[in-house]
Amino acid sequence: MLTIALYIAFGSIALAIIFCALRLLRGPDPADRVLAFDTLYINTIALLIVLDIHQSTSLFFEAALLIAMIGFVATVALARYLARGNLGE
Amino acid sequence: MLDIVVSVLLLVGSVFILVGAIGLIRLPDFFMRLHGPTKATTLGVGGMLLAAIVHAIDYDFSLREILISLFLFVTAPVSAYLLGQAGLQRRVPSRAPVPEEYRGLRR
Repeated sequence: MLTIALYIAFGSIALAIIFCALRLLRGPDPADRVLAFDTLYINTIALLIVLDIHQSTSLFFEAALLIAMIGFVATVALARYLARGNLGE
Repeated sequence: MLDIVVSVLLLVGSVFILVGAIGLIRLPDFFMRLHGPTKATTLGVGGMLLAAIVHAIDYDFSLREILISLFLFVTAPVSAYLLGQAGLQRRVPSRAPVPEEYRGLRR
């Protein structure tokens, strides 16, 4: 039962990643692309967590935490750049 | 018993993640698209992290998975706010009607 749930989770996360990639490729505005990137890294975190459950380890926890932190910084920097046109003061 | 709880949490999380991604791809303008994934995806990852905690009770019980969940719950609204601000500054077209008090004022 857990195996079936794991495969459903893998499949739906993969589908979500495909949707995000589509939006990343065709988003009409750069803000759409940044939003798609934001959703993409959150989906990657979910994929790593499900892999953790599948392998019965907690090896990928640190990787997920790192992706969360770096992705947040990247999103903030890109959004500031889009809003202002530059990054510094 | 534990497996059932883990499975239910996983299914709830994957449904939320899928709904967020479908909202990202299907909704018509940028501000609606901002609305979908930033809320649904956080809940989806939260459900999956709860599933990981419950599943790890046997071999490596710890609450540090909460850390990712807490971090996402703090940072997702911040990034959504900044993205909305960027969209406003870039004058991304919106389908929302103008509020009534501002009907006659065109900038």
